[in-house]
Amino acid sequence: MTASIEIRSAPHVSGPRTVEKIMRHVVWSLLPICAFYVFQYGLSALASIVVVTAACLLTERFFVRTGTQAGSLSDFSAVITGLLLALTLPPGFPLWMGAVAGITAIALGKALFGGIGFNVFNPALVGRAFVQAAFPTAIATYTPSLLAGRFGEFIPSSLAWPFMLPADTAAWLQSKHLDALAGATPLAKWKFDGVLAGAGELLTSLSGHMAVGPSPLLILACGAYLAARRYLDWRIPAAILGSAGVTAWILFGLDPLRYPNPFFMLFSGGLVLGAVYMATDMATSPVTPKGMWVYGALIGLLTVVIRYYSGLPEGVMYAILIANAASPLIEKITQPTPFGKSAMTGMGKRRKGATYPLNPGYISREDAGAVTPKKRFLRNKPKKS
Amino acid sequence: MTPTTTRGWDEFMEGIWRQNPVFVMVLGMCPTLAVTVSAENALSMGISTALVLIASCGLVSMMRDITPKEVRIAVYIVIIATFVTVVDYAIQAISLALYDALGAFIQLIVVNCIILGRAEAHAAKNPPLPAMINAAGMGAGFTIGLLALGVVREILGAGTLFGVSLFGAGFQPWVIMVLPPGGFFVLGSWLLLFAAVERRKQRKLAEQGEVGQNV
Repeated sequence: MTASIEIRSAPHVSGPRTVEKIMRHVVWSLLPICAFYVFQYGLSALASIVVVTAACLLTERFFVRTGTQAGSLSDFSAVITGLLLALTLPPGFPLWMGAVAGITAIALGKALFGGIGFNVFNPALVGRAFVQAAFPTAIATYTPSLLAGRFGEFIPSSLAWPFMLPADTAAWLQSKHLDALAGATPLAKWKFDGVLAGAGELLTSLSGHMAVGPSPLLILACGAYLAARRYLDWRIPAAILGSAGVTAWILFGLDPLRYPNPFFMLFSGGLVLGAVYMATDMATSPVTPKGMWVYGALIGLLTVVIRYYSGLPEGVMYAILIANAASPLIEKITQPTPFGKSAMTGMGKRRKGATYPLNPGYISREDAGAVTPKKRFLRNKPKKS
Repeated sequence: MTPTTTRGWDEFMEGIWRQNPVFVMVLGMCPTLAVTVSAENALSMGISTALVLIASCGLVSMMRDITPKEVRIAVYIVIIATFVTVVDYAIQAISLALYDALGAFIQLIVVNCIILGRAEAHAAKNPPLPAMINAAGMGAGFTIGLLALGVVREILGAGTLFGVSLFGAGFQPWVIMVLPPGGFFVLGSWLLLFAAVERRKQRKLAEQGEVGQNV
């Protein structure tokens, strides 16, 4: 008997988690949020979600088939992009503009970089940034939530013909005996009219006709499910909300008349949705644990700065895009020290041990239940000629 | 066609397709991105550049034997600046509105690298007629490139083409197309299209080559 050495190529250890599985869970956790959004805004919101997601999927299919982009349609990542993009757009956003946003999101935000895992920026936010620059009026036109006939009729601006101006939403609201202010978002109301929304309205999104997004409580609950299943890293949302809260609290302490309270800052606009679902995108956020804190803190700080000191009422989108661009740099400066390395670095230098223990749980993206894959033999070996 | 005309045609076509200044060489990006907000601006910018290009390449070519090598760039720049001044005054006389729309970019034709590049790379080594034919091709290629950007940006950004409304009153303008980012997006899309066409052509040629070898 001769001793046999098994020669095999990587991977030597494989976990049960696949891209498709992660993405599917994120889609599932997004469904309650989408359902709540449809409940708030009715038919238009449903049409918007369907059209934007379909545009994303068709674009993805086109680029996958032409071979420009890696990955496949069945990994659900384009579905996430579509759903998230639709949730960030106003419910009465013209459907053709929604389709433009979806196409841009995948083509410009993802396919151009080479597909899933290669993108530098969050695709959904790239799409949103494009339509924000292209159609600034339409994207700032919100309608009140929980209107009486919302399941029976579209918001008229939804059904604009392609390349044509949407119908006047203010006139439609007047015909419903609502003033235009009822359709403003809490942030726009605060920024341009100095009106602060109440805590109950912000948290549940259920009272009144405020133009709010899906309830932050619901988003946090769905995010908690994902974090518990380790499909997203809890550090990023925690860092974003923490840093935004602390910054807003300091400014509120300095001048309570000029700045709103930190609670309003945290739960208005898209901060919770952005923190839980967009900033945690695995391809565009740092992988190092320390880096996640830096990244999140940067987003929180930038959001508050943009909201307070710029002409825009909402700053989450640009904050996340800027932090996305910074994340390779953040990763570089927050590399953890490998276990056992530089334990003693000579006299005069600070004694440094491993930054993290040898327990794989510290990288939350690693999965329990990893196994050594069975060796497979090549079935059709190339014939010797 | 006689061999000479074929060569002249090749010289001319080089600037339009194989070495298109905008899509292949990616030269002269400053006016390309800045003045292509409308098709009219793009066309007039392209034509003015082409005129300067043809005239200065002709003169550079004529003077190629008496130009000392050490000061040739200075000579080229003076020649180009002369023709730019002529074009500058001409546009001012023809249409003041157009002159205001193009702004400083007419004077900036002086530093357009297409012109200096052609003078250095082609006109200084060839007799006047081929140099001017080549310059005309380059100028036409540049005009086509600017027009390609200007048409897309004007249609999407204002819903018009050469000032004629295409979609009626209810058109939703894409604000981004009139802004500088729109210029970059449209240029990028055109470059993508050109690269795709070129790659497909290469692949077909390669396939044909293989077939030919097998036979």
